Amino acid sequence: MSATVEELKTLQNTHVVDARGVSCPGPILAAKKQIGGVPVGNVMEILATDSGTLKDVPAWSKKMGHDYLGAFDEAGVIHLYLKKTK
Amino acid sequence: MAKKTIIVFSGEYDKLMAAFIIANGAAAMDDEVVLFFTFWGLNALRKPEATPSSVSATKSGLQRMFGRMMARGPERQALSKMNFVGVGQRLMKRVMRDENVMSLTELIDSAREQGVKIIACTMSMDVMGIRKEELIDDIEYAGVAAYLGEADESNVNLFI
Repeated sequence: MSATVEELKTLQNTHVVDARGVSCPGPILAAKKQIGGVPVGNVMEILATDSGTLKDVPAWSKKMGHDYLGAFDEAGVIHLYLKKTK
Repeated sequence: MAKKTIIVFSGEYDKLMAAFIIANGAAAMDDEVVLFFTFWGLNALRKPEATPSSVSATKSGLQRMFGRMMARGPERQALSKMNFVGVGQRLMKRVMRDENVMSLTELIDSAREQGVKIIACTMSMDVMGIRKEELIDDIEYAGVAAYLGEADESNVNLFI
């Protein structure tokens, strides 16, 4: 499942994980730490500056069984979205 | 849930970082991770403080000499390249701090928080004269069969 950038930008009430300025494997560790607090069906939004997250977050989502929705870069910050499915 | 096994043979800071970054990533992906420490890798598990004389007293003269010649704890390990008697290592650590990269100590702490299993090879501990009292707490001790048993159940096995 994937969404367009416009669709991603309209997502409300996302659970925001701030991993800006953190290098690998920090963003994935932050996502893992916080996914437990996200209700099933809700969207997690990861803010990152490490471009590796564009590959890492989809891979992590797939392995964990969550739906990766997509990402966009805005003013040097990468916004990545995934839907918790279980 | 899958399992990953890594043999940590090397004692260099950069190679240890590679091992612990992979271990942390795998644990964050819900994999069980087993790190089997042998030979130079064991130095990363040593407590940084000086070995108590009561522990040194149990070693042979050669083992004591070995123990003194090897750096204790993660932060004193040399780089595998461009170490320049430690100057290169300190410069790299400064760049890592500037770039918000986790230090080896932080990576080890994070791995342990995530439940990564650490096993120290007792045979190489004997060879290098390293006693259990010198290593960090709450780790396991075993030999090659225990490692192979873990590796049999693993779908990724690395030698670092």
